[in-house]
Parts: sequence; C-alpha cells; structure tokens
Amino acid sequence: MMLSTRSAAFATALIASIAVSGSALAQKKYDTGASDTEIKIGNIMPYSGPASAYGVIGKTEEAYFKKINAEGGINGRKINFVSYDDSYSPPKAVEQARKLVESDEVLVVFNPLGTPSNSAIQKYLNSKKIPQLFVATGATKWNEPKDFPWTIGWQPSYQSEARIYAKFLMKEKPDAKIAVFYQNDDFGKDYLKGLKDGLGAKASMIVAEESYETSEPSIDSHIVKLKATGADVFISITTPKFAAQAIKKIAEVEWRPLHIVSNVSASVGSVIKPAGFENAQGILSANYAKDGADAQWDNDPGMKKFYEFLAKYYPEANKLDGSVVYGYGAAQTMVKVLEMCGDDLTRANVMKQAASLKDFAPDTLLPGVKINTSAKDFAPIEQLQMQRFKGEKWELFGDIISGELNN
Amino acid sequence: MSAAAEDAVTEAPAVEAVPKRAMTLGTGTSLVILAALLVTPIFVKNFVVFQMTMVMIYGIAVLALNILTGGSGQFSLGQSAFYALGAYTSAVLMEVANVNYALTLPIAGLVAFGAGYLFGKPALRLSGIYLALATFALAVAMPQLLKLHFLEHWTGGVQGLTVMKPDAPFGLPIGQDKWLYYFTLAISLAIYIGSINLLRSRSGRAFMSIRDNEIAASAMGVDVAQYKTLAFGVSAGITGIAGGLSAIVVAFVAPDSYTINLAIALFLGMVVGGVGWLPGSFVGAAFIIFVPNIAESISKGLSGAVFGVLLFLVIFLVPHGARQVAMVAQHLLGKLTKKN
Amino acid sequence: MELFTNQVLAGVATGAIYACMALAVVMIYQAIDHLNFAQGEMAMFSTFISWQLMQWGIPYWWAFLLTLAISFAGGILIERLLFKPLAKAPVLTNVAGFIALFAIVNSVAGLIWDFTIKQYPTPFGSSPFLGSQLISTHQAGMIGVTLLMLVGLYLFFQFTRIGLAMRAAAALPESARLVGVNTSWMIALGWGMASAIGAVAGILIAPVVFLEPNMMGGVLVYGFAAAVLGGLSSPLGAVIGGFLVGVFENLAGTYIPGVGNELKLPIALALIITVLVFKPAGLFGRAIVKRV
Repeated sequence: MMLSTRSAAFATALIASIAVSGSALAQKKYDTGASDTEIKIGNIMPYSGPASAYGVIGKTEEAYFKKINAEGGINGRKINFVSYDDSYSPPKAVEQARKLVESDEVLVVFNPLGTPSNSAIQKYLNSKKIPQLFVATGATKWNEPKDFPWTIGWQPSYQSEARIYAKFLMKEKPDAKIAVFYQNDDFGKDYLKGLKDGLGAKASMIVAEESYETSEPSIDSHIVKLKATGADVFISITTPKFAAQAIKKIAEVEWRPLHIVSNVSASVGSVIKPAGFENAQGILSANYAKDGADAQWDNDPGMKKFYEFLAKYYPEANKLDGSVVYGYGAAQTMVKVLEMCGDDLTRANVMKQAASLKDFAPDTLLPGVKINTSAKDFAPIEQLQMQRFKGEKWELFGDIISGELNN
Repeated sequence: MSAAAEDAVTEAPAVEAVPKRAMTLGTGTSLVILAALLVTPIFVKNFVVFQMTMVMIYGIAVLALNILTGGSGQFSLGQSAFYALGAYTSAVLMEVANVNYALTLPIAGLVAFGAGYLFGKPALRLSGIYLALATFALAVAMPQLLKLHFLEHWTGGVQGLTVMKPDAPFGLPIGQDKWLYYFTLAISLAIYIGSINLLRSRSGRAFMSIRDNEIAASAMGVDVAQYKTLAFGVSAGITGIAGGLSAIVVAFVAPDSYTINLAIALFLGMVVGGVGWLPGSFVGAAFIIFVPNIAESISKGLSGAVFGVLLFLVIFLVPHGARQVAMVAQHLLGKLTKKN
Repeated sequence: MELFTNQVLAGVATGAIYACMALAVVMIYQAIDHLNFAQGEMAMFSTFISWQLMQWGIPYWWAFLLTLAISFAGGILIERLLFKPLAKAPVLTNVAGFIALFAIVNSVAGLIWDFTIKQYPTPFGSSPFLGSQLISTHQAGMIGVTLLMLVGLYLFFQFTRIGLAMRAAAALPESARLVGVNTSWMIALGWGMASAIGAVAGILIAPVVFLEPNMMGGVLVYGFAAAVLGGLSSPLGAVIGGFLVGVFENLAGTYIPGVGNELKLPIALALIITVLVFKPAGLFGRAIVKRV
C-alpha cells in the first residue's frame, strides 16, 4: 500500500516536472487579468429587473467555476469570476462592462446576456480588444469576425433555428397556412426574418403575423385572432410564460394546428409541464441541449455529471430550469478554451483558441451536437435536432441538422 | 381637484418650504464643488470619469423633474419618454444625418420641449394621481413607439442604434471620456445656472405660485394654463438634452434603455435629493447610479431587496432627502461660526 | 362579425383580471388616498404563499382562507412597520416607499421560489363556459367572485360603521379624528383589507397567467388604468373600468389597421386619458369641488 502510494507520487512528480519543463519552453505570456495563480473572468447578467429569470445562468456559471477551482483550477490557475447586474438595461451594461475592464481588469468578458446589452458593449470591447466571449443571445450579428473580431456567439442563432422549421414545413406540409406569433423585440424579429428567409419564395405560406409585448398579462386575444385566420400551423416565437399560455389557450379554444414552439421555450419543466402535458402532445421544436427535466437523460453519462455538479456545488438550483443547463454548457466551453490556451493567456490567444474549437461536446449538449469554430466561423453551436412532444418527454427525430446560414 | 393633489400641495412641506433662495447652494460652496469637479478627472480612472459623467446626465434629468414638481407642483412619471425622445433625436441626427454631436443637443432639447408642451396641454385638466397615470402611460408607450416598424429605417427598431463616440476637438490631448466629462460638465453648469435664473424670474415665481395655490395664483393674474404647460415643456426640453447627452456618452440607444424603470429611477432621484432643491438633483442621481451597485455587492440574489431596504433607510432617516442633510449641516455650521 | 363577438368575449375574460386588480387598487385608495405601487407584488407574494401551502398538502380552500388571513395580517404589519413612520413625510416620499417595497417583495419572492413559471390550480375547472370556448369556467368564476367582492365592498363602505369610518379617515382625516375615529388604525385596516383583496385577485389571476414573481407587473398597470378610468372612489366604476379596458384593448388590436396590434396598450391608455380629460374624476368618480 505504502509502496504504491509512493510510486504514484513519484509518477505524479515526474509528470509534473515534464509538464513544467514543457511550459517553460512554451514561455508564459499574460495580459491584464491573468497571472500564475489567477484568471479573471468578467460577466454581466440581469440579476434584477424584468429579465431576472435569466440571472440563474450567472449563478450556475459561478458554481461551475467554483467546482473547477475546487478541483485545482485550470493549469494550476484559479478562476476569479466577477459577475455584475445590469437589470437588462443597455446603459447599465456599458457601465458594468467598463467597470469589469477598467476597474476589475478582467481578461475576458464571458457570456453577457441579452441582445440590447451586448449590442451596447460590443463596440467598446472590440475597440479595447477585450474578448466578448460566448454571448448569451441568439442574434445573428455575433458571427461577424471581420467587423467584430473580438465578439463570438455560443448558442445557435435564432435565424438558423427558424430556417430549420421553414425547411421542415416546406418538406412535410407544403400547403401549410402558417400563423406566426412573436414577441415584439430583437428575439421575435430575428426569428421572423429567419423564417421568411427560409421559406424564400414560399413566404406567402405565412397567412398571419401577430406580435405581443412582454407587458401584456395575457395573450388570449391574440390566439383568438390567429385562430380566426384559419391557419393550420402555429409558430410560437415566445418566452416561457407566453409559450405556456399559448399552449394552454390553444387547447382551450379547441384549435388544433401543427404547433411549433421555439427552442427558447422548449423546456419541459418551465413551459410544458405548467401548461399541462395533455395540452402539449404533438408539439414540435428543435433543440441542441438535453433537458434537465426529461427522464430519458437520467442515465446519460454527461447529465449524470451535471446532476452531481448540481448536488455538490449548486444544491438550491432548480434542475427543471433550462437556464441551469445553459449556464453549465457555456461555462464548460469557457473552461475548455482556457485549457487550450495553456500558458499563453493573452487576450489574442484566448480569442484564437475560442475560434479553434474542434468537435467539442459539453456534457449537456445532445448526442451528436458539437461545437466547431474557425477564424471565419464565430458561431459555435450550429446544429439542432427536431423533436416532438409525446407523453411527458421530447422524442428526437430526424437527423441532426446544421442551421448554417450560408446555404 | 382631487384630494390627493391637495395633499401633494398642503402636506408636502418639502415643496412649500423652499423659497427661491433656498433652492440653491451658497456661492462659496458652489465654487468649491465646481473646482473639485474640474480637477477630479485628472486623478481617477476613466471608468470613474464615465460614471461621474452619467451622474451629471441623470442629474440634469432629475433637475428637470424638480423644476416641474418642485417648481410648479405637477407630478410626472413619464420623464423617461422625453429622455428617450432626446436620445433618439441625437442618435438619429448623428448616425443618419451626420450632424455634429454638439449641434444635435439643442435640437434634441427643442423636439422634447415641443413634445412636452403638447403633452402638457391635455394634461392641464388632470392633477394628482390622474396626471401621474397619464405620464405613466406615456412612459409605458414610448418603448413601443420606438419599436414601430415604419420608423425602423431611422431608429433601428428593436436592435437600436450604435453611435460614434466623439473625440476631443482641436486635437486636445485628452481621451474621449475626459473630453465628454468636461463637455457634460459645461452643459450641466449652463443648465443648472439657467434653471436657477428661470426659477428666480417672473416665470419661476408664477410656477411657484401655482404650486402653492393654483386658485390664488389665477386670482392674482397668473395665466395658470400657460405657465403649467410651459413648465411641462421646459422640463421635457431639459430632459431631452440629458437624453441626447446620454446617447453620445453611452454610444448606443435602444428601446430597452428607456423603459418605465428609468422614469421610476429619475423619480427616486428627485425624492432622495430633496424635492424642490436643485443641487439635490445631482445627489439623487448619484444615488440611483451607485446604490444599485452597492446593493449588488452585498447580495446578488437579493440585490433588489437590498436596494429597497437602503431606500427605506434613506427615507426614514431623511424624509426630505439630501436637502434636509444640507439644511442641518448649514444650521450646525452657522452655530459653529457664531461661537467662534 | 364573429371575430368581433369573439374579441369582445375574450376582452371580457381578460377584463376580469383587470377588474379584480382594480378593486384592490380602489380599496387601498379609499384607505390611504394613494395608489400603492407595490400592491401587485404583494398580491403575487400572497399567491405564492397559498401555492406553498398547497405544496405542503393543505387543501385548496383551507389554503385560500389561510392565505387571506396571512395577507390581511401582513398588510397591517407592513403599514405599522414601514408606512406609519412615514405618515408625516411628504406624499412623494411615501411613493418612494412603495417603490422600495416593490423591489423588496419582488426580489425576495424570486429568491425563495425562483423565476420559473408555476401552474396554479383553479377551483372552477377550465372547460368552456356555456358552450363558448372563449370564456372558460375559471374565467366565469373569476367574474363571479369579482362581482361578489364588489357587492361586499359596497355594503361594507356604505352601511357598516367601520366602513364609513374608514372612508371618513381617508377623505377628511382631521374631521374624522374630531368625531372620534381612530384614523391611524383605520389606515392599517385599509392596508390589511387591500392586501387580502389583492390576494384573492392574485389567486384568481394565477391560473390564467401562471405564477411567477413578475406575474403582476403588467396586470398592475392595467389595474391602475381600469381603476382610474372608473373613478378611484368607486368600486363599481373600477370593475366596469376593468372590463372596458379589456374590451377596448382587444378591439383596438384587432381593428385599427397598421399599428393597432403593435400599439394596443398605448392606444388603450390614450383613450383613457381622453376620457379623463373630459371627466377628470373618472367615469363613476365623484368630482370634488375646489375651494380656495
């Protein structure tokens, strides 16, 4: 016993010394925010205000970095995660981004949330050459490496997801009469554009477009109006509360269209279950991540790791909340990039590594969905798979589809 | 007139007890503060310079509300709408029409003045809570108006507009942030002095007579309708200039920047600074910028609750806001000098 | 024509939500003479309490009654602890207090129950009501309860000593004190009742909009609008105001070409302001004559 421990220790020491000499050859390089002992990562989240539901993402990421630190950090460096609240207000996001860069001196700004907030800080971060990594929004504009070489997205873009639905409808239901119900903001408008682009010459399949504001308490009247158009496909580009209301109301008014709900609101725990399983049978969606509330993943090795992480580092989390799965996947991608950076922790190298991910699969992504980036492709996740709701879970069907915009 | 509005007039000593001279600071104090403001940027980080610039911009907007409420006794929860109007006017002029940023400000002010004046007309018939609702409605409607699809070509719709941040002119060797700081300081100073003079003028006296007793004012020959709408217009115009400045300094405008939360923040700024006390506007602005940051550093999950508790503490301790602190300080100072 | 009837019916159903909230708004206005911006959040918190009670296995109606009692006590407690000390402070300072309360309640609810939406049960079921798919039995039940509360409030304010004393304390505190009304406790009582009515509103609204910490944000705006439209001194006006706003809004969204749908709420609000310009005390409010 003694012997084996000793030999193990020896082996470790040997490996360590090789590793050290290796890194000595590679020469350590740092920018502000990184050192021998620490990597400082900045983040901006709406912990308060109208979008506070997403604050969970920041908390999950914080817990994940705590786990990484407890396990020894990244190449021996601990992560110092500095996360600020912007209340989903762009001017506040600018203030917080500047605080992160100029006062806290972070190496990168990681996963700031919201299209308006990210739009507000994009120019600033790019002019300062600070990586704006894996932004938490599905707008298409984060994939513009030429104009904004310091900004990179993470999740599939809204437009590419919408194109997948367009393709599906043109193939499966070419005579469809589509009613689109969308949130009147960047998210809704981006989807609508993707849908129209995807339908191309057949955009006339859309017989009704109806938007709603998040300030509306109930969306019943919109559903009544859309039903009256005689549409037989209902595309719901909504956030969770409104998606659930729509599912319930459509069942109540006994309208039976082919119902497609955007990925944003495909969560079993936070949308389908509250809306009622019986009302949601046959609904279609597309996804790239596993659902924490879906029993089919209980024995999945990746999700097991995820549940263990929650139990140990974030026990108060609600695993039904899609945002927790999201934060975990994003944080894992960040860690992967930092590992790839080795001892060259300059901002330029972080950006270079973020743009050279090859077939990386975080624990929480669907089997077969992989993250790939290149100097010309700043859209990490581009694949989705269609799914249909049956019983109490999603059933995946068809191939994994790439929603790349250049086809 | 509703009972509530009567309350606002009779029960609010903060509004009534402010004679026009007490609305400002003494010359000595003012000069010391100005000197401090002039030299601070040399010693602090650019980020702090930016924050101080934002304090001044919000300060101007709170001051505008103070002229309306503290000056003429009318209440508004819709200041964010005029702020947004100013911001978009500046942003659109700069980005679409290539107008020089400094020139966009007076235009932003004029546009907001016009809107405020027009809005003040029907609002004339409303007072107290009804006026609060009408202005509140304006604040709720504004982001939706900015998103309208047929304005998208100019406003950028839901995506908003990115604005070029201006450099210092004449090749001055200072950075963008410091330049904008001094630029904002100059405008704040001009607006501050202008507002004091306005309240000391004939119109200012008319405003205050309306605030104190509308019927008596009209009996004395004050054209109540004219002055009430004028107060709305002036307040909106100043708010519009603040909005325009914010578009330049933040370099981005979007409907999400100008929600009802902004109107509420400006209102809180006025209460914390002291209703009717103009210098307090800037104290209030500092409160609405820095206290959320403090709250968040205490607890992330409960930042809203911590903010609420801090706000309660402030209004418990000094229900009349910073003005009360200043008056107490002045009183103590007076005692000390007498003893000496 | 069918679309028209359908939209009116849907408007009535949504209007019931606004009417419910508007009643709570009128209640607090009668008691303290201000609008309480935190009222929606208090109602949301009460609804969460009843939800939590049911999660613990307490049957619906017991949870309902318990929640009413807790909300009533909570309302009184809030008044005694937070707003009584501000009684002498200026009105605007009080409004700032409401905003602070709003922030606290919303943030605490988010921390305890998180922000995912929760299903909330209804005692009335959700099958179509009288053969119309547009009004479910729940919405019909909601209208029924709202009307019941309305009658109850009317009787309370019109015929009971304590109701009259409350009105007196709010309208003319000085004179009320002179005739022996304990105005301070009347205000606390008003807070308690408003909080309990808010709880009923929240419990009725939650099955339609789903329970989450931000569920009352939009509802409160409409509730205010409805109460102001109907006249803040009239519970009946508030309820009618609620239905009118619901129907207005739907018709504007459906029939005004171009911008109708995008500007539903602003159009409805503009209409209300227009009404107020002509009837400054609301449709059913008593106009108060000014004196010098």
